[in-house]
Amino acid sequence: MREFRYERAADPAAAVALLAAEPEGAFLGGGTNLVDLMKLGVATPDVLVDVRRLTSAEITDLPDGGLRIGAAVPNADLAADRRVRERFPVLSQALLAGASGQLRNRATTGGNLLQRTRCPYFTDVTTPCNKRAPGSGCSALEGVHRNHAILGPTLEGPGTCVATHPSDMAVALAALDASVRVLGADGERVVPMSGLHRLPGDDPSRDTTLRHGELITAIDLPALGMPSRYRKVRDRASFAFALVSVAAAVRVVDGVVDDVRLALGGVAHRPWRATVAEEALRGRPATEESFAAAAGAELAAAVPLRDNAFKVPLARNLVVRTLLQLTEDPR
Amino acid sequence: MDTEITLRVDGAAHPLTVDTRTTLLDALRERLRNTSPKKGCDHGQCGACTVLLDGRRVNSCLVLAVTVDDADVTTSDGLAAGGEPHALHRAFVEHDAFQCGYCTPGQICSAAGVLAEARAGWPSGVTDPGEDGGDLTDDEIRERMSGNLCRCAAYANIVPAVAEVAAAEGVRR
Ligand SMILES: Cc1cc2nc3c(=O)[nH]c(=O)nc-3n(C[C@H](O)[C@H](O)[C@H](O)COP(=O)(O)OP(=O)(O)OC[C@H]3O[C@@H](n4cnc5c(N)ncnc54)[C@H](O)[C@@H]3O)c2cc1C
Ligand code: SF4
Ligand code: FES
Ligand code: FES
Repeated sequence: MREFRYERAADPAAAVALLAAEPEGAFLGGGTNLVDLMKLGVATPDVLVDVRRLTSAEITDLPDGGLRIGAAVPNADLAADRRVRERFPVLSQALLAGASGQLRNRATTGGNLLQRTRCPYFTDVTTPCNKRAPGSGCSALEGVHRNHAILGPTLEGPGTCVATHPSDMAVALAALDASVRVLGADGERVVPMSGLHRLPGDDPSRDTTLRHGELITAIDLPALGMPSRYRKVRDRASFAFALVSVAAAVRVVDGVVDDVRLALGGVAHRPWRATVAEEALRGRPATEESFAAAAGAELAAAVPLRDNAFKVPLARNLVVRTLLQLTEDPR
Repeated sequence: MDTEITLRVDGAAHPLTVDTRTTLLDALRERLRNTSPKKGCDHGQCGACTVLLDGRRVNSCLVLAVTVDDADVTTSDGLAAGGEPHALHRAFVEHDAFQCGYCTPGQICSAAGVLAEARAGWPSGVTDPGEDGGDLTDDEIRERMSGNLCRCAAYANIVPAVAEVAAAEGVRR
């Protein structure tokens, strides 16, 4: 591991100023991803600015029935919060479907959003990887890619990358139309979840649209007002990353879909908001047939690799099951 | 880069100079010679290094020692107050909840965390939506302990050991 200086700042603005002067420095949240990547030689910061207790660790009510989640709120506390469980069960369930009790106790909301892909070549510095070492190639394209992307990857050129974003929480936040409050050297800005994570495009080294030294301070959740749920399929019953997951919310009036939110995890370089399926569902009867047609429309864009085509029917079936479950038993 | 810290471990304060790269796990084992927490994977994947940090279970292999110089660290050793085994220690022995014992201190600290989380009503991934998480059924124990792997696969005895203490503490109906 590269040597680094460890810094604490007096307040968020001071932390931002500190990092602005350190092009190779990084913020440290719970460290459950960053320290791991530093041990592996994938992340090599020369300065760590500890922000775990710097941003708010509170969850506060917003006037419209929404919630503001401080970036330092531990994943475990967010999942257990009664307001989250009552108003946004999809978020609580997504968090509880991820990692382990120990990790959730230490991991922060901000760090969870910015955790990096679990692609095995990204974490192995002896192999080519365009995300870690731009221009070196993508080992996963022809290699082990059973758990890689089926939607929106870059399949050729120097930007080739078929990795997925690993966060469960982020999938729920995408479905919830959350927005991310960010503090930079030029002040504060608000980034909608739909504009935070990127597709690989021609630069897979960048997971998000954030600039170096921008600090996530809080996440805002607008009121939802419909039942919601998270379902995750993985290789073992617990403590494993998603093969495919779905975050869904739906409101049915007189047998017709009045409003719906759908996001998929484990299928793309970013949490995948299923806008095509949502569009296909609004105003349609809330039946298994409409759910299947909408999921099929979304997945028509899938470009599976040699060994991950199973994710296409898996995603379709998971969307249908989750929507059926939500409309039949909308707890 | 050397930094001075004080680690409070199992009730005693230890002033230490550590390289910033030192994890809490390495500081405990290599510097303080507290070999209760074990190094299995060193990547957060096995739970052998689990300790309680201000009462909450964490993986000490992913915690940098410099970040916790104001926290109370409790290892499985420290749960044996005054040399008296903790209820979880006794239950693990009675139920034969191990073979080699390597994962056991991590399992014990994790189980202590599970009991506290259940007392606080925290749900888990298998709790019915809308329900409180205060009833540690076998399924709940399996889910909540899933961050602790046992290479000897003593799971069949770990679950009843944790269940016994959960029942005694009123978090299992
Ligand atoms: C074995 C294992 C299994 C896991 N399983 C799952 C799983 O199933 N599902 C899942 O979703 N996750 C899983 N995780 C990942 C886990 O959720 C993340 O490691 C955790 O959420 C990261 O949070 P942190 O606070 O520890 O981040 P850190 O490791 O501290 O930081 C992560 C990144 O975010 C940056 N950062 C941190 N805070 C801020 C901030 N406020 N502003 C700007 N940048 C910031 C850091 O610089 C770093 O780049 C797993 C992890 C492990 C080790
Ligand atoms: S999929 Fe992306 S992260 Fe994985 S090897 Fe290819 S470029 Fe690297
Ligand atoms: S050694 Fe820490 S989780 Fe395995
Ligand atoms: S008892 Fe041997 S690893 Fe668990």
